[in-house]
Amino acid sequence: MEFIYYFGDVFTPLSFLLLLGGTIGGLILGATPGLSPTMAVALLIPFTFQLEAAQGLILLGAAYTSTVAGGAVSAILLKIPGAPANIATTLDGHTMAKKGEGARALQLSFLASAVGGIFGVLLLIFLTPVLAQWALAFGPSHLFWLAILGVTVIGTLDSASVVKGLLSGCIGLWLATIGFDDIMGAQRFIFHPALGGGINIIAALIGLFAIPQVLTMFAKGRQTDGAEVIEVQRHSILAAFRELFSRTRALTIGTLTGSIIGLIPGVGGQIAGLVAYDQSKKFSSEKEKFGTGHSEGVIAAESANNAMVGPSLVPLLTLSIPGSPTAAVLLGGLLIHGIFPGSDLFDNHPDVAWTFINSMLIGQVLMCIFGLYVAGLAARVAQVPQSVMAAIVLALSVFGAYSVQGSMGDVYVMACLGIGMFFLERFGFSAAPLVLGLILGPIAEANFIQGGMIADATVGKASYFMTGGLNLLLIAVVLASIAYSVWMELRHRRYTTKEEAQA
Amino acid sequence: MNRSQHIFGSGLVFAVGLWVTWVSYTQQPAEAFLFPRLIASVFVVLAGWTFGKAVMGLSKVGNGVTRTMFLNMLPGLIITLIYVFWAAKSLGFYTATSVAFFILLSIYDPAPHSEAKSWIKRGIITVIFVAVMYGLFAMLLNVYTPKEILF
Repeated sequence: MEFIYYFGDVFTPLSFLLLLGGTIGGLILGATPGLSPTMAVALLIPFTFQLEAAQGLILLGAAYTSTVAGGAVSAILLKIPGAPANIATTLDGHTMAKKGEGARALQLSFLASAVGGIFGVLLLIFLTPVLAQWALAFGPSHLFWLAILGVTVIGTLDSASVVKGLLSGCIGLWLATIGFDDIMGAQRFIFHPALGGGINIIAALIGLFAIPQVLTMFAKGRQTDGAEVIEVQRHSILAAFRELFSRTRALTIGTLTGSIIGLIPGVGGQIAGLVAYDQSKKFSSEKEKFGTGHSEGVIAAESANNAMVGPSLVPLLTLSIPGSPTAAVLLGGLLIHGIFPGSDLFDNHPDVAWTFINSMLIGQVLMCIFGLYVAGLAARVAQVPQSVMAAIVLALSVFGAYSVQGSMGDVYVMACLGIGMFFLERFGFSAAPLVLGLILGPIAEANFIQGGMIADATVGKASYFMTGGLNLLLIAVVLASIAYSVWMELRHRRYTTKEEAQA
Repeated sequence: MNRSQHIFGSGLVFAVGLWVTWVSYTQQPAEAFLFPRLIASVFVVLAGWTFGKAVMGLSKVGNGVTRTMFLNMLPGLIITLIYVFWAAKSLGFYTATSVAFFILLSIYDPAPHSEAKSWIKRGIITVIFVAVMYGLFAMLLNVYTPKEILF
């Protein structure tokens, strides 16, 4: 119950202002198609440099929470999901809006998001300290395998092709080795002076997540989205409350599905929303109504995608393994303040850890309150031409990358990585495993070297890294995640081929 | 996506993989390259596998870049490269941002180019945006950017 002692810290004027600003800004950004939560959080990192660690994290956490919920606005009113996590919301939400029930759909969506989100954060509150203490038992070999696990899980689950996903992870791990070696001081892969200090994580994150979006917007040319905002009529919030709690089955399925999926590294909100929608439909007594503007569809999808936010941070805060690309960006936000997740965070910086987690709890309530008011404005912002959005994001990326260390080298690295990632994505590679590799690379290498030294003095490298219960368990999970993804890929290919044959 | 694009993309990644492997195994001190060697070995095998599949026409994942997409993107990409690699430092961040922002709006804004109203709108948006950026970065965050022309 330690978290209760730090509740007051969320309500200091600056912290609360940041929480409010992050929530409202996140709702608007989330509603804007093309601006993913990960990109929004990456672009916000430079604004946290001058803040204290806890305050910086409050801003980033609020933006993360509310961009996921904000994506429902454009999903419902424009039929364009603000983020992949809101795809399932479109199925019933937009149909409701077309029937003149837009306000009801929005209210249910924000209320369900808040319920799911609060449950997810409570899970984070109660699981994290226990797991963080448990993580104390981890030695260098376990931490090495955990880092590799982080890369392989995201590499295999987040990509359409297992090999390309793992290859992306390898590219990220290699990029992390560029610069001077920490132990020998040797130069590694420095083929341009801008790389002398290695690749700056923040500049890389901005480039990898923002620049491909900018180029994708350019690639659409001079076109408008053609989406019209559906006008929203008034609807009683009390009626929405009553309806939400009369649909407890959908709410429970959504919340539990989202929370469980959130705990699995690499499985994002998109999966949470779609699985919850599907399960809710299976267990519903009104199956036939799904897809025709049924409120249960909106409730299940939105409670799930926000319930996954809290648990997705559990692996990050306990084991330093980001469970999602956005969690990886948050890790970057922690590292710039010299704070490392894990037991160190809870033992030496409990104020930072608990203020951040508490702010996410309060943020869920604020998101629900302001979401209902900001929805109309957010939907208008979502109509801003992509040309304007692309130019804004490009300029923010340049300024953001420069402000990290006041170095043009970071801007060049950001642009090169971003342009390269755009083409890699077009060739089927994914940014998430690359980012994970880049972030977890130094952790993996440090533990590989440290473990190697211990192994040389004791049992030898092979025994040290490949034996022992926990090592074997982690290796098994790495192999299982790869095997599962290969199986899914083959199954999908067979399914597609069958369909093509029938066509 | 056509086969040649798959071959080009995966070939480039394979070439990088080969270079990384060569550097990892030839550079000294060897202790500094232990971890890179581990990564490079996996990297080059996976890249070789991907390249081999592309050559045999078995690569399926990835939409590639269509001619229309590329032509649409090209002006924006060129402006981005000039902005990042030359203008930002040579003209100053805010001047370069104003120019690049205005040009990008002019190229990609769906509003008609023949109307004076749309040009005025683009100009106003540019001025407001750069003012906001100046307020945020120069005044609020105290980021000292290269200043060459105007500000």
